[in-house]
Amino acid sequence: MMKVLAILPVLIPFFAAILTLFFGKRIFAQRVIFSVSSGLVLLVSFFLLEHAFNTGIFSFQAGGWDAPFGISFVVDKLSAIMIAISGLMAFASSFYAFATIDKEREKFGFYTLLSTLFMGINGSFLTGDIFNLYVWFEVMLMSSFVLIALGGTKPQLEGAVKYVTLNLISSTFFLIAVGILYGMAGTLNMADLAVKIPAHPEGWLTTTVALLFLIAFGIKSAVFPLFFWLPASYHTPPAVVSAVFAGMLTKVGVYAMIRVFTLIFSNNPEITHSVILVIAGFTMLVGVLGAAAQNDIRRILSFHIVSQIGYMIMGLGLNSPIAVAGAVFYIIHHIIVKTNLFLIGGVIKEIRGTYSLEKLGGVYKAYPLLGLLFLIPALSLAGIPPLSGFWAKFSLVKAGLESEAWFITALSLFVSILTLYSMMKIWNEVFWKDTPPEFDVTDRYSEFSVSKKVLLIAPAVGLAIVTIVIGFYTAPFFDAASSSASELLNKTGYIESVLRLK
Amino acid sequence: MVFLLAIVTGILTTAGVYMILRRSFVRVILGLAFIGHAANLLIFTVGRITEGKAAFVTEGLSSITEPFADPLPQALILTAIVIGFGVQAFLIVLFKQNYKSIGSDDLDDMNTTDKLGQ
Repeated sequence: MMKVLAILPVLIPFFAAILTLFFGKRIFAQRVIFSVSSGLVLLVSFFLLEHAFNTGIFSFQAGGWDAPFGISFVVDKLSAIMIAISGLMAFASSFYAFATIDKEREKFGFYTLLSTLFMGINGSFLTGDIFNLYVWFEVMLMSSFVLIALGGTKPQLEGAVKYVTLNLISSTFFLIAVGILYGMAGTLNMADLAVKIPAHPEGWLTTTVALLFLIAFGIKSAVFPLFFWLPASYHTPPAVVSAVFAGMLTKVGVYAMIRVFTLIFSNNPEITHSVILVIAGFTMLVGVLGAAAQNDIRRILSFHIVSQIGYMIMGLGLNSPIAVAGAVFYIIHHIIVKTNLFLIGGVIKEIRGTYSLEKLGGVYKAYPLLGLLFLIPALSLAGIPPLSGFWAKFSLVKAGLESEAWFITALSLFVSILTLYSMMKIWNEVFWKDTPPEFDVTDRYSEFSVSKKVLLIAPAVGLAIVTIVIGFYTAPFFDAASSSASELLNKTGYIESVLRLK
Repeated sequence: MVFLLAIVTGILTTAGVYMILRRSFVRVILGLAFIGHAANLLIFTVGRITEGKAAFVTEGLSSITEPFADPLPQALILTAIVIGFGVQAFLIVLFKQNYKSIGSDDLDDMNTTDKLGQ
């Protein structure tokens, strides 16, 4: 039974993608299929969470070949958490997509691509084989390439070129690193690698490969100095596409980084984890400074993704149980909040027809509740108590102080002030100031049908509620993050489960 | 043989990096293809080349005798080639569409995304 459940987060989107193809031009059926399938993934993820937290790590071998020869699928606490969030994001964004995506895109296979995208994302979270991880990355990337270019407007095509080129280079680095790793250890199974790589006689080679992986996942998760593709492309596609990308895609890179650097390359932290920590500091600072110079809602938010990635890998770089717990909690918090901010940005665009801070204004006067809805994720992103972002930053700062990493801790606090500045900039320009008289403002909200209004606002409200719940009822979420962190740092459980040593 | 392959991998990578750094669309596509092929050759070389010994169990024996060619790197390369082929086909179409909308094949003319929202 558990075997079936563990593979379902991959199979459900796969069959949804095939089914949507059968309904070519019938958009309503495609919408229902995508929405139901993402709801099902969310449902399955609860069973996975229940199993991961109550029974322990579950692993099985696809095709029946025992590890390390077969391809392993592993459900540990971190995978289960990530699957749950990915299900939630797919479910929330599906409603938003119904309201905002135009008919042409829907007829051109929008839901098929979104399904295969989530298939790739879920596969990356579940696999226990490093080459299989590469394949899932490619599944995810291929769908995202088409999704970002779908529609073919000029900015989209140009954004797609930047996105595609740099991600292909990252895939090549990944492939090279996997090849060398196989040459060193003769295995691709991550649990088997976790046994063989730390025991490898040539330590310098291990470090080299570790840094190659850092470059590969660093480009994918947009860390300094490899992030330039992100703010050049994420503001071009339709709002729901950039919301899903902003929430999920870079976090798959961070997940892969956490997985590889806790499981396989954890024996030489003086080099690898110090490099990660330095990168984390630069990523935080450069991202937030980049955001301060922007004048477009989505570009500001894109630069903030970069900045926030810095916090997550700061947790990884500090490499203590509480720091990794902070990183995991930060991922949970960030995916929800960031997707929500992009969705709300999209709502503003739907109403006023622009993302430009210059041309917007007076939104709070016209829609006070929308202003409130924006403030919840915005303040959470900046880390204002008692919202979820505060606890995420609190645990990272605590970890930094415990590890006596004074500089990065001070930097992280300084960056959160700048984050607040950026959020207040959006608030002042979009919501608070008067509508600029020189620009012709057409307010389209009253023209929307009731169903469109509901579909537009409901996902944002739902995600805002989740943010508040995590903020006020932190304990179970933080316990989950810290127990998954201790599972990550104590890798024997993972190895024993996959290799059937018990 | 390994030495020769290492040299070829190096040349392909160098050529690939050089091409990617050029400003013309076509050169970028070619550069990405070169680097992809270099990665494939590298996996092939790193997987320890054994000539003329396929991984078959000889008749009458119960297990395989060393040395034999490892089939796994070849399987990995095949997967990577297939993926690379699909991605390159997409790249060519994407760059062609860009060429149509910008009207030049210079990467420096791709600045619409930076001007958005200014």
